[in-house]
Amino acid sequence: MTALPAKTEKKLGLVIDLDTCVGCQACVTSCKEWNTGGYSAPLSDQNPYGADPHGTWLNRVHSYEVGDGADSQAVHFPRSCLHCEEPDCVTVCPTGASYKRAEDGIVLVNPDTCIGCKLCSWACPYGAREYDYKVGVMRKCTLCVDRIYNENLPEEDRIPACVRACPTGARHFGDIGDPDSDVSKLVAEREGYDLMPDMGYKPTNKYLPPRPKRKGDGAARNVLSETSQRSQTPGSAMDRLFAWADQQLSR
Amino acid sequence: MEPVILRSPDVADEIKTTTCYMCACRCGIRVFLKNGDVRYIEGNRDHPVNKGVLCGKGSAGIMQHYAPSRLTAPLKRVGERGSGDYEEISWDEAMKLATGWLGDVRSSDPSKLALFTGRDQSQALTGWWASMFGTPNFAAHGGFCSVNMAAAGLYTFGGSFWEFGEPDWDKTEYFLLFGVAEDHASNPLKTGLGKLKKRGVKVAAVNPVRSGYGAIADEWIGIKPGTDGLFVAALIHEMFAAQTVDLDYLVRYTNSPWLVIQAPGTEHDGLFARDEDGNPLVFDKGREGLANGNLPDITPSLHGEYEVPSGHRAVPVFQLLAERFASGVYAPDRVASQTGVPADDIRRIARELAEAAFEKEIVLDVEWTDWAGRKHDKMIGRPVSMHAMRGISAHSNGFNTCRLIHLLQILLGSIDCPGGFRYKPPFPKAIPPHLKPGGKKGTVQPDTPLNGAPLGFPEGPEDLLIDDDGEPLRIDKAYSWDAPIAAHGLMHMVLNNAAKKDPYGIDVLFMYMSNMSWNSSMNVPGVLKYLTDKDEATGEYVIPKIIYSDAYFSEMVAYADLILPDTTYLERWDCISLLDRPISDPDGPADSIRQPVVAPDRDVRPFQDVMLDLGARLGMPGFVNDEGGAKYPGGYSDYIVNHERAPGIGPLAGWRGENGEHYGKGAPNPKQLEKYIENGCFNMHHLEPSQRYFKHANKDYLDWAKSVGFIGSTDPIVFQLYSEPLQKFRLAAQGHGPIVPPDHHKRRVEMFFDPLPFWYAPFEGAVLAEEEYPMHAITQRPMHMYHSWGSQNAWLRQITAQNKLFMNRQRAEEMELANDDWVWITSHIGRVKAQIALMEGVNPHTVWTWNAIGKRKGAWGLDDDAPEATKGFLLNHLISELLPERDGGYRYSNSDPITGQAAWYDLRVKIEKAEGDNAGESLPRFEPLRRPNEPVRPDELEFGAQFRDTPL
Repeated sequence: MTALPAKTEKKLGLVIDLDTCVGCQACVTSCKEWNTGGYSAPLSDQNPYGADPHGTWLNRVHSYEVGDGADSQAVHFPRSCLHCEEPDCVTVCPTGASYKRAEDGIVLVNPDTCIGCKLCSWACPYGAREYDYKVGVMRKCTLCVDRIYNENLPEEDRIPACVRACPTGARHFGDIGDPDSDVSKLVAEREGYDLMPDMGYKPTNKYLPPRPKRKGDGAARNVLSETSQRSQTPGSAMDRLFAWADQQLSR
Repeated sequence: MEPVILRSPDVADEIKTTTCYMCACRCGIRVFLKNGDVRYIEGNRDHPVNKGVLCGKGSAGIMQHYAPSRLTAPLKRVGERGSGDYEEISWDEAMKLATGWLGDVRSSDPSKLALFTGRDQSQALTGWWASMFGTPNFAAHGGFCSVNMAAAGLYTFGGSFWEFGEPDWDKTEYFLLFGVAEDHASNPLKTGLGKLKKRGVKVAAVNPVRSGYGAIADEWIGIKPGTDGLFVAALIHEMFAAQTVDLDYLVRYTNSPWLVIQAPGTEHDGLFARDEDGNPLVFDKGREGLANGNLPDITPSLHGEYEVPSGHRAVPVFQLLAERFASGVYAPDRVASQTGVPADDIRRIARELAEAAFEKEIVLDVEWTDWAGRKHDKMIGRPVSMHAMRGISAHSNGFNTCRLIHLLQILLGSIDCPGGFRYKPPFPKAIPPHLKPGGKKGTVQPDTPLNGAPLGFPEGPEDLLIDDDGEPLRIDKAYSWDAPIAAHGLMHMVLNNAAKKDPYGIDVLFMYMSNMSWNSSMNVPGVLKYLTDKDEATGEYVIPKIIYSDAYFSEMVAYADLILPDTTYLERWDCISLLDRPISDPDGPADSIRQPVVAPDRDVRPFQDVMLDLGARLGMPGFVNDEGGAKYPGGYSDYIVNHERAPGIGPLAGWRGENGEHYGKGAPNPKQLEKYIENGCFNMHHLEPSQRYFKHANKDYLDWAKSVGFIGSTDPIVFQLYSEPLQKFRLAAQGHGPIVPPDHHKRRVEMFFDPLPFWYAPFEGAVLAEEEYPMHAITQRPMHMYHSWGSQNAWLRQITAQNKLFMNRQRAEEMELANDDWVWITSHIGRVKAQIALMEGVNPHTVWTWNAIGKRKGAWGLDDDAPEATKGFLLNHLISELLPERDGGYRYSNSDPITGQAAWYDLRVKIEKAEGDNAGESLPRFEPLRRPNEPVRPDELEFGAQFRDTPL
């Protein structure tokens, strides 16, 4: 069984905006592409050109609807490791391969000591761990630990690949433990929430809820009734229109 | 103890920039290379298109590049078409074969070559190649993609939705998105939507299906397919009723004051009243008389009836517009049931648009000078923006619907103003652009170039490509009375027409990147017959020779006689030219290149190199030097640098002149490609702030645009709300002028060539009984496979390997259908068996599916039991390329009557449960395709293992 650090210096994580995600899968494939050649290399794929193509992914997007009929909404929900503060996936690990870093709170798997027993994936209620069938070890989001401190990348690119790629800007990366960080401010402003808080794992990643739909909002006023220069002379609508159009308009 | 992990592992031996080619977006990318392999692909932060981001397919580029379905060597067919019996041949033999076939055609009748280049991004080269060869029969895939959008825009305001303009994302206050539009400018749209979300700007999506962008819209308007034009006309009705129209803008920038002659039954009817010099006339209140409408100092009247010098009565365009839209025909209450949009919602949205335009007016303190030299100290904007693409385009009323949307934008004063919809240079252009299609009667001659470009913009019947009997001169019937403004050709009709020898047979069909035997054709079973039909007398194929170039083993490969294998996008030079489809930004024109970042490991050649080689072997003008040798012996990169279309104007605009000192015009620069590569493989010219808005009437912009060759004149570009070219076709249909349509075309041309936009029901729905085919059926591509086929990609197919037919849940329950049931989808030409999935966010009269997921067994390097082949399906089998017979037996193509755009979203179907037939496979089935020497497909991939710092 593996111990958790008493506390972490930082709580690095992702803030994902469900109001903005269009479900384009950019974060999914950019993650796969970076990580299959990075710290977790390789993320293998089975039956890639056959009847049942499946492989190891560290991030997936699920698209579904909530509610019925006119009250329904479409949701695109990106799912990856939440880097919990008190994750059972670490404490159940019999070899210490799963661990939470004291430095930044990232939950990692050491592929050299992972025996592929899958206890961690049973322990994770978020389904965030994926077993690599080729290599026989467990894989999970590393928050691109091989990017975020990497001096071989320009400073602005020292962010997870999914955040780097996201076209709508729905993904944000930072220290959620620092109340003055941009991500913490965003969480406060948009009422970001924890996934399944009652499980008690204290996820670091936060989700920003979809804003309420605004059908008639904006309280559009009738511009006509408020604008005195519009013609309200008697006659047909056409008469009024032409009377209004009959102003001095210069080219 | 925590393990020690490397904080700064090596990421690449080298990073090379180039341009993505997995869709039409053409983002700048940075390709990480390690030991010669592609390690990673990311977006280029400096690039004007994607500014660093990259979509789901672009980020899966590695698997596109390493797919086992890549072709490996030239192939010659030795068995029957479709059999898969090929032998590999050398490039030398392949080129000799192609040169022989093409040479015979060129020296006898060049129009017997049909060159159609699909998803070609090098049309500035391929179109010119066709032109030098001498055939008018050239186009890419725009005829089933975009031509309604391109033509409607270019004939109305000199720009277009598509990717030729975009909303002013940073300033707009309201965004109205029509139909599925995810397939062009996809990353710019996504980043734009992200900006709107950040600013809390309202996004309203008008779309029968709530997916993708619609899912995050503030309001989803689940309209019935093909009725968007009716909805927009009702908004216009409301604008007129509430007088929320920008009259100043109309007078300044549009032809709304121009006088239109009212003389029904005469050849003058509906034309503009003009002065002796051809200028349009207006009634000027200042002069209290008629005046030249092109003058700056006029105060024109927008209504009233005036006598013009010819003695006719004439009224301003604005009055005709008002009469059409202010009357009750388009009142919200009348259109609500047809569109499925409640009248109150239409009225509310009209108010919201007006509020955003007029109450949230934007004022920029930027000085600018208008076309007449008058200085303005401010730029005033109406911050309403709109976008539309496929969902509007692929209907038989798409041209007019798109014109209606542009009319709405213009009435609100929101084209190229701050906060509105902005042109991307080189747009705006003249309305329409001054380019006529080449190949008129008698001009196509052996061994002779065409007398112009094959594609252009007719301004009246005199520009049509027809013979003395009014019959088509092009194989696809573009620019004939069938489709007079077919500005992108009709690729979807080529196989049908060639097989039926209607209007004539051809000798060689040459295609590139176009899966015409499968997902790029309507009526696939019919198309397979056309490809394999034989002449009974000779035993020869009716389409005698088919040359095809593709990088992958697509369904089309099996039907070609000679296959010229292309490279992947990472192995080639390319040029995204301002002469073709630019990648510009509203703040300035941009162009770009692809450079080879890895070398091919197969016996393949870039298609453009092959075209240059063929041109030289055929001795075509422009392709050979004075000594008869190849003019561009260095291939496409040589051409990109050294070719001049006009003196000083070449494929790339950046770093021209011997030392790279000129933009736009200048001598070829031998170091031009090096300059592009140094700059990240693109060039962008940044306009001055004073040039960035009102480009259609902005002196600084127009002067500059002329100096770099974008436009021929600095005259203001006056929006044509009323289109005189359309009226000229209508007059011809009424029997006026020297060129009139044959009798059977007259009614149709007269009806649809309305100089003012209008709405009519899509054709298929109009001719079929609604009780029999009650449902609309439409498609879209998943965002991670937009504008690409994708199933050869091991990662993307893990996301989508099967498509289902999506139905409205309540409607399905009424029909006693449940999730995952198998159903028959029946149209008037056939039926397809598919599995259904129920959802809330779809119009109840509509079913839809992901397009082109269904594959034929054996194609794309997939196993025969791949879900794409066993459970996936195409709606293409159900879409007829021809409309049902009309009086006289003539069958028009299933296309927009003006542009010839394929109307594949008009499809009507019925849905029935596939009782007792739940074998779990889709139908119909076609024989599996076979490929000689097929590369071994791995059962497992561990791509990336080679990049580990320590081996496993």
